[in-house]
Amino acid sequence: MSITYLEAIREAQARALAEDPRVFIYGQDVGDFGGAFKATKGLAKEFPGRVLDAPISEDAIVGAAVGAAIEGMRPIIEMQFADFSTPGFNQVINQAATLYWRTQVPCPITIRLPSGGTSGSGPFHSQCMEAIYAHYPGLIVMTPATVEDAYSMLLEAVAIDDPVIFCEHKYLYYHLKTDRLPTEAMPAGKARIARPGRDVTIVAYSAMVHEALAAAEELSTEGVEVEVVDLRTVKPLDTDTIIASVARTGRVLVVGEAFPWGGVTAEVVARIATEGFGLLDAPPQRLNAKDTPIPYHPNLWSAHRPTANSILAAVRNLLRL
Amino acid sequence: MLSSVSEVSAAEIVPQVSKDEYLRAFRWLLLARVLDEKLAALYRAGKIPGGGVYLGKGQEALSVSVGISLRTGDVYAPLIRDGAGRLAFGETVVEALRNCLGSVLGPMRGRDGNVHRGRPRDGYLPMISHLGAMISVVNGVLMAKRFKGQKGVVGATCLGEGGTSTGAFHEGLNQAGVERLPLVMVVANNQYAYSTPTSRQFACKSLADRAQGYGFTPHSVDGTNLAECLKVLGHAVALARTGNGPQLVVASLLRLCGHGEHDDASYIDPRLKESEIGRDCLELSEEHLLVNSWASKQELSQWRTAAQRAVEEAVALVQKEPSPDPYTENWCALQTGRFAEGGSK
Ligand SMILES: Cc1ncc(C[n+]2csc(CCOP(=O)(O)OP(=O)(O)O)c2C)c(N)n1
Repeated sequence: MSITYLEAIREAQARALAEDPRVFIYGQDVGDFGGAFKATKGLAKEFPGRVLDAPISEDAIVGAAVGAAIEGMRPIIEMQFADFSTPGFNQVINQAATLYWRTQVPCPITIRLPSGGTSGSGPFHSQCMEAIYAHYPGLIVMTPATVEDAYSMLLEAVAIDDPVIFCEHKYLYYHLKTDRLPTEAMPAGKARIARPGRDVTIVAYSAMVHEALAAAEELSTEGVEVEVVDLRTVKPLDTDTIIASVARTGRVLVVGEAFPWGGVTAEVVARIATEGFGLLDAPPQRLNAKDTPIPYHPNLWSAHRPTANSILAAVRNLLRL
Repeated sequence: MLSSVSEVSAAEIVPQVSKDEYLRAFRWLLLARVLDEKLAALYRAGKIPGGGVYLGKGQEALSVSVGISLRTGDVYAPLIRDGAGRLAFGETVVEALRNCLGSVLGPMRGRDGNVHRGRPRDGYLPMISHLGAMISVVNGVLMAKRFKGQKGVVGATCLGEGGTSTGAFHEGLNQAGVERLPLVMVVANNQYAYSTPTSRQFACKSLADRAQGYGFTPHSVDGTNLAECLKVLGHAVALARTGNGPQLVVASLLRLCGHGEHDDASYIDPRLKESEIGRDCLELSEEHLLVNSWASKQELSQWRTAAQRAVEEAVALVQKEPSPDPYTENWCALQTGRFAEGGSK
């Protein structure tokens, strides 16, 4: 048997629905149709009345999730694409993220954001929104890079008493497979050493972990041992694991698929600079997408975001510094 | 539109407003006005930490009618000019003052202030500033109650006419219509959104006309008339409670104060002030009480004195209470402490 990243997300939701009567799913086309990507396939039938089609109203979808959470439910919201969470942004950052702080009433909602680029998706179906949400206090932001994490972290997201922004990567939906779903998992909030190495650290998350691993594989044939840190959760950020890796290697490249201004990679570099400056043998480096909207044509798209090749070049450069 | 008649015949479901109910509502109305007057005085004396004071003068008849029509188990998301409705729904003067004067014992413990207050667990939702944003939250509470099999519950929320121009208003009403929720949407058309007149806010004849597009039942009411407000709100709430779907109540009135106490409201058209909607609902209801011999002049003055005393006592109490302390404050925005970030532990 083999399970894809997308199927793991479906299975996690099925399990959450089965185990907790407070869970329901609300989003566009998630009902009988099973969702734009089929992440809720068959769930409406299996759990009648608990998987609800929503009007195209991201603001009201999130607002209703907050109201339901106040009343003790645990809604899972599917945004059709991460990009379309912007009309619901206000409710996420001003309503969901402030509720507990203002009232001591928790807001256990999970907002699934199908994120990131696939070839040909263009400016409005490819975005990575994690940095925008991570900026706001009161939110937890998860960015699973593996099938196992997609499953276990989604279950954890639903169980957590705070609003979780769950950034699932569309490129990984079908590309990643595993044999079986995990029975044990690392907790969210902890980074993972995806590949150990002593010469240089690459910090990455979500789909970029796989680009980094491909680059590391290539570099190992040249005798360079790269350590790859998979952040798993970008908020909170597991600074300890990052610093420990930098302590081992002395050189670090931070890779993200999002736009270059600010964001997760800048935050990681800032923490390394402030907390691990003395551990560095070279200036910490960042690699992001280009500072333009995400292009449509595959030729442009594959040059816009970081890839194994551009990571390889960045690491080679870093080793010369 | 000054129609004082609900567009759905109310007579069969809601009896005429009784003397008892009118008196009960009047006392809350009066208390809210007296509390507002005190808040204005405290503002002028520089006693309001953080600054803003937003009053409901001229809107109390409408507001109290919402609060008084709800019962325990219902959901209420009031807005900035709903001091009267809040009291009628069960908030105390002390609770209101704590939030305005920054007492750490207040419902928001200094983390939020003035009109941003509530007790979500009791169905009393604390507004965020973003206009229109509370509608879908009330919808969500109502959806959850439906999941849990609770019946006969109503959710009510209030907005000014300016707030009806937001996308959130449209999404919220459409959502309530699609889900056929027991929502009562109360719009106070007080003719100005801050300084903006209705001619720059919307282009339909009456905001009640929008009801049809959302699958709501429309009601229009003269917001200066307490008896009419009680009747129409009572009716709308009864319809929602008995499975007749969402209701839109649009009241016509005039804001009889500045947008906030910092605002002299010099932009308000004097002709509006002299027109019927410019009348003060408190004065009108006092006249109503006298004309019907439901109260004497002496009683009216005793009630005002009693309200003033209650407010003064509450102020004296709350002013002695501690303010929040930044050194002992728990600077963590998450319920799950282990996920706290940078310096918040
Ligand atoms: C979405 C949004 N935009 C702007 C504001 C700033 N603001 C606060 S109150 C107000 C006017 C509101 O007018 P209205 O809705 O008619 O209510 P009223 O003050 O007349 O009771 C404005 C513009 C806000 N709170 N929310």
